[in-house]
Amino acid sequence: MHKVVNRSLALRLAVAAMMMGAAAQLAAKPLVVCSEASPEGFDVVQYTTAVTFDAASETLFNRLVEFKPGTTDIQPSLAERWEVSADGLTYTFHLRQGVKFHTTGYFTPTRDFNADDVLWSLRRQLDPAHPWHDKTSIGFPYFESMAFKQLLKSVDKTDDHTVVITLTRPEAPFLRDMAMAFTSIYSAEYGDQLLKAGKTAELNSKPIGTGPFIFQRYNKDAQVRFKPNPDYFRGKPPADALIFAIATDSNVRLQKLRANECQVALYPKPDDVPSIIKDPNLKVAQTEALVTGYIAMNTQHPYLSDVRVRKAINMAFDRQTHVDQLFGKGNALVAVNPYPPTMMGYNTTNRNLPRDLDQARALLRQAGVPEGTVITLFTRNGGGPTNPNPRLSAEMLQADLAQIGLKLDIRVMEWAEMLRRAKKGEADLVSSGWAGDNGDPDNFLTPLLSCEAAKNGENYARWCNSKFQQLITRAREVIDNDERAALYSEALKVYDDDQPWISMAHPKVFTAMRDNVEGYVISPLTTNNFATTKVK
Amino acid sequence: MLSFIARRLGLLIPTFFGITLLTFALIRLIPGDPVEVMMGERRVDPEMHAQAMERLGLNKPLPAQYLDYVGKLAQGDLGESLRTRESVWREFMTLFPATLELAMAALLFAGIVGLLAGVIAALKRGSLFDHGVMGLSLAGYSMPIFWWGLILIMFFSVSLGWTPVSGRIDLLYDIEPKTGFMLIDTLLSDEEGSFKDAVMHLILPAIVLGTIPLAVIARMTRSSMLEVLREDYVRTARAKGLSPARVVFVHGLRNALIPVLTVFGLQVGTLLAGAVLTETIFSWPGIGKWLIEAIGARDYPVVQNGILLIACLVILVNFVVDILYGLANPRIRHQR
Repeated sequence: MHKVVNRSLALRLAVAAMMMGAAAQLAAKPLVVCSEASPEGFDVVQYTTAVTFDAASETLFNRLVEFKPGTTDIQPSLAERWEVSADGLTYTFHLRQGVKFHTTGYFTPTRDFNADDVLWSLRRQLDPAHPWHDKTSIGFPYFESMAFKQLLKSVDKTDDHTVVITLTRPEAPFLRDMAMAFTSIYSAEYGDQLLKAGKTAELNSKPIGTGPFIFQRYNKDAQVRFKPNPDYFRGKPPADALIFAIATDSNVRLQKLRANECQVALYPKPDDVPSIIKDPNLKVAQTEALVTGYIAMNTQHPYLSDVRVRKAINMAFDRQTHVDQLFGKGNALVAVNPYPPTMMGYNTTNRNLPRDLDQARALLRQAGVPEGTVITLFTRNGGGPTNPNPRLSAEMLQADLAQIGLKLDIRVMEWAEMLRRAKKGEADLVSSGWAGDNGDPDNFLTPLLSCEAAKNGENYARWCNSKFQQLITRAREVIDNDERAALYSEALKVYDDDQPWISMAHPKVFTAMRDNVEGYVISPLTTNNFATTKVK
Repeated sequence: MLSFIARRLGLLIPTFFGITLLTFALIRLIPGDPVEVMMGERRVDPEMHAQAMERLGLNKPLPAQYLDYVGKLAQGDLGESLRTRESVWREFMTLFPATLELAMAALLFAGIVGLLAGVIAALKRGSLFDHGVMGLSLAGYSMPIFWWGLILIMFFSVSLGWTPVSGRIDLLYDIEPKTGFMLIDTLLSDEEGSFKDAVMHLILPAIVLGTIPLAVIARMTRSSMLEVLREDYVRTARAKGLSPARVVFVHGLRNALIPVLTVFGLQVGTLLAGAVLTETIFSWPGIGKWLIEAIGARDYPVVQNGILLIACLVILVNFVVDILYGLANPRIRHQR
């Protein structure tokens, strides 16, 4: 009798387990994400756009270290731990063991991830003699722009699970840099296989990584399909499949979301957010992004070289109205400093000059600026996250400046053309923006306001202040975070005194989704990772 | 007839070279180069910029670049995309079936509805229907495609839920692209219900893309029919006691079709141009979106050869129309 009971119990348990398994299978649903553009390719180190990062580095690859979801803090990834030498020049990474590369129809790995893969991935970009160094059209844009060619002295292994990276100078943001897409780790074995077969272009179209999803198919401009990686070292992702449905227009993405053709819609327009919140079937994730919209004032312009004129312009600028009109109330923070308050060293004592038209006119008179002086503003023709409506923004500034006797000549042009001419210093004012890559203040201040950037043209204000430069150079070398924060805070004071920009806004970033989506964490870095997202 | 065809063919050669020169020059007239565009606001290392330009062959003088381009074309080499490193021909052949499928559906819609509306309007000249058709066709011709597409999506897809919002098929169907034509691929696949789903996805984009050609065809058919119906041979046909349907469709419409045929040929260009916007609204993965993105990225090989391929296609269609026109109307082919 006992046996019978036990058998019956076992049978029931087995049936129950099978049913639960079947239920779990039924519960796992594909996740369709309406994304804003087509990825340029999957060899992510060749590219610079967020959409490519979402489809490649966040989905297919890992790096030695990564950003904790929803933050810019660093957490271990393919490196379990690391040590930094006292002089800040040597980083020793201890690699995670047992990590598998993807097995697909076009590649079956014969070994686990190890130090050779790290060497392959970094030396490919660093060493001109590496057999894969010239296998790109344009090169390695991020590696170049982050000056890694000058920064990395060597990348070596001491054993299969330990990598030592030696720098040419101390670089405090280095670990954060190593979490960026361009340091994604590839399979050296797969690289060798493609090279031998003479199929190097396939690295871009048939990717292999260690990431949460495995590449299945890309139908250009239509969809990218992934399946979950059962061997992912953080556990198999809960979605049954991940599909990026490419819909370039934000209105269309929203309509698709409403029709449940996708469960997540990236980058809804800020104007649409209130209606999404009202819809009982939808919800919105939002965060303060590491983004700044600003207008650079060319400090080499005859009048704008005078700080009184720059102050007068800042005093005439109706910042709050501007930001509310452009982004919608509550969708962006009025900017004071060049980077948002969530970042290290944000100077909380800096204040925007209060709007005072009489004082502004007086400053212009003192500086000898005649009534009706024309200044040019370069702005782009299409909107983006840093400025959803550049033309409206320019016209509002034009109205503000007219009140203090300045005529603003608005030149709307295509983005690439605007950048080219702005870099040459042709504009008096340049409406621009910046999205941070890694949450480090240096990632804003060096590319946008350093003396080197002024020389190269990327610093559209062409502002080169030796004290500011000394402070940010020192802050880049110091490892201690408190000391760095103090240095940045001081540098921002110099910035505030000199007013090279009209700081405009730090917009929020939004992701719209169906209310049955769970586990999605929005990132202030405007990248999207779906390793923990599921549809209930 | 052969000499007529030879004359028309002879004209194609200079046209072809004109297009190569034009596309080559136009894309280079746009400021910025592929490396600058790729780097955007980021720092461009001059050494890296120079190396990349050399690798792409863009550091050579323009005449040398043009000769390289034409030389490769002569060998049938359309080059590879600077962004994706895929062969331009392969990218074109991947995307073109989507555009062709959409254009054919749009033309079918425009042709059937336009001809019918035009014929009925001509027969009921001055009636409410005639005024209605002409008014609507004027509105259709002036319709901003972007706005029209969004209105249809909001009404039919979101409010009524009759049609899908965008794309070529519900992404829960995993259809392997065998021919590139979704209607055919879904028929070949064993996924139940996928063909119907593909048809449903095609309806709104075809209507949006077909709206302008529909308006043109309806107006042209009406005026052509009115002209033909006044001809002596139509009166004779009626006097012979032929049925009204036979008079209209055999004697009237057949002759009225000659100018309409020309319009059909010209509309191919319009359809391809209109496809750029329609494809954007409906997330339709065709060549329109492909070219627009390539222009933005200064992807020279894609822009040059993509436009060249489309231009060849338009030329080919117009060539065929010329031949058909010559066949239909002997006076044309004897003109020198």
